[in-house]
Amino acid sequence: MLETRDLTIRFGGHVAVDAVSCAFSPGSLTAIVGPNGAGKTTYFNLISGQLRPTAGQVIFAGADITRMPASARARQGLGRAFQLTNLFPHLSVRENVRLAVQSRRRAGLDLFRTWTSHVELIEEAEDVLDQVALRERRHVAAGLLPHGDQRKLEVAILLALRPTIFMFDEPTAGMSVDEVPVILDLIHEIKARGDTTVLLVEHKMDVVRSLADRIIVLHNGKLVADGEPAGVIASPVVQEAYLGIANV
Amino acid sequence: MTMLRVVLSGDFPQSRILSAALLVIFIALAAAPFLFPGTQSLNVAAKICYFVVLAASYDLLLGYTGIVSFAHTMFFGIGGYGAGLALYTWGPTWTSVLIGTLLGLGLAIVLALIIGLFSLRVRAIFFAMITLAVASAFAILASQLSWLTGGEDGRTFRVPEVLRPGYSLLEAGAFSINGRIITYYLIFLAALVLFLGMLRVVNSPFGRVLQGIRENEFRAEALGYRTIVYRSIVNCLSAAMATLAGVLAALWLRYTGPAVTLSFDIMLDILLMVVIGGMGTLYGAVIGATIFILAENYLQALMGALSKSAAGLPVLPQLFDPDRWLLWLGVLFVLSVYFFPAGIVGKLAARK
Repeated sequence: MLETRDLTIRFGGHVAVDAVSCAFSPGSLTAIVGPNGAGKTTYFNLISGQLRPTAGQVIFAGADITRMPASARARQGLGRAFQLTNLFPHLSVRENVRLAVQSRRRAGLDLFRTWTSHVELIEEAEDVLDQVALRERRHVAAGLLPHGDQRKLEVAILLALRPTIFMFDEPTAGMSVDEVPVILDLIHEIKARGDTTVLLVEHKMDVVRSLADRIIVLHNGKLVADGEPAGVIASPVVQEAYLGIANV
Repeated sequence: MTMLRVVLSGDFPQSRILSAALLVIFIALAAAPFLFPGTQSLNVAAKICYFVVLAASYDLLLGYTGIVSFAHTMFFGIGGYGAGLALYTWGPTWTSVLIGTLLGLGLAIVLALIIGLFSLRVRAIFFAMITLAVASAFAILASQLSWLTGGEDGRTFRVPEVLRPGYSLLEAGAFSINGRIITYYLIFLAALVLFLGMLRVVNSPFGRVLQGIRENEFRAEALGYRTIVYRSIVNCLSAAMATLAGVLAALWLRYTGPAVTLSFDIMLDILLMVVIGGMGTLYGAVIGATIFILAENYLQALMGALSKSAAGLPVLPQLFDPDRWLLWLGVLFVLSVYFFPAGIVGKLAARK
């Protein structure tokens, strides 16, 4: 169970996220929509710990994690995939995933054995790569992958962390049409497990409709609408604040 | 092969030329007292040994983690002064060596931790500046506290009896094993063990995290790695290795002073060794340190010979005058950085 209470961040005079209170229950998939600059990614950064709020709280599993560093949140099960591809560019595809597995299994502080002797980490990384159809390319440097594959790798890293909260920030942005289904199927699958909470920032309305069981709308940092997809999309405030702009 | 894999932590040199070069260096150093008898060549061999440790430990920071520090000679100096002053003050016993080493290690780790915690959170350039300031302050302190350190003159001290030149373990005709050779092998073996230890660390899960931090610290943090912890550990480890290199240097030189340990020139030398050899590969430190120290010691002689053989020709004798060796060393480095931007080892690995 994840919750934000009056979560606010100011950059100088600009209020990027303005007193957003929202709870996300296990098994749900919530889409966060809103025009560019509405504060969606900033909201994500506050939840996953890359930014500290000016005011308000983030509550996760009953504890206040507002002051907790991003690394500790990740270890507790808050998994985040990034909007702009954010990989280890000179490390191999497999190493990108293996590092995530290694973090989850708390093996990072082993200085005395070789990384190759931790066979279980390598095997698990390759299994995860299977899920996104990247095993064949496991020895390629991540930075050399085509954009679509980099997005898949980003998702693979998140899968490897086995979080209880999955945060996707426009996972299909910049992907070609035939690559999108792979990612959507994966998100579907994650949602179907029932014990995970998925937060999804997404611009494509058809994606949102097909996946989300709830939509919240941010506009100028404020939460302006919250509810089941059909109702929210039809509401006047959304038509005006978001769809009117996004459809341009 | 399995044995070798364990010893090298699975990190085999990535090219045949590199493997051959490393093998030659290893054999030459292992047999140096017999292959190259003579005071100067043994000095060069010993210096290569402890500089390999020093350069490799610097590469843990620079090449593997992406931390730029200018305080590495400070830790080298702490080792040198630690062992040196202990021997000077408490007499030439192994106990002095041990206590001096432990005191040096303790001070180095505490200092590395403090510098780290104060400044690892700031941007790289500020961290570099802070290390520079601390190292300068330390160098000034070492020369000011002359009652303890001997000031600019440093301290000459005696080493345990087995390590003295006069000590003879074996004498059979022309073949003799004296204290100098014993000291050399002590340094060679210690350097080998420390190097292999570092090779293990960079190939451990921990070492892989360091490379992740170098590549994308933000993402490493988002994966759940508390990067400040990893950076602090590698900072302390690197400082400890530099300290031990300093102890080895002190045992060899039987002298410690600012010019041979704390000087900023040495910091630049280390930087060049790592860059020339190749950052982010410990084998690069071996190649870099070897080439650099050989050039430093023999370039002058080589140029003297060149200058003599060019006698009578215009300009050339002046150009190759032994006094200009630093100029040529500079030219060599500029060329090597220009042609091998990833270092010699990086270039060889890419050619594979």
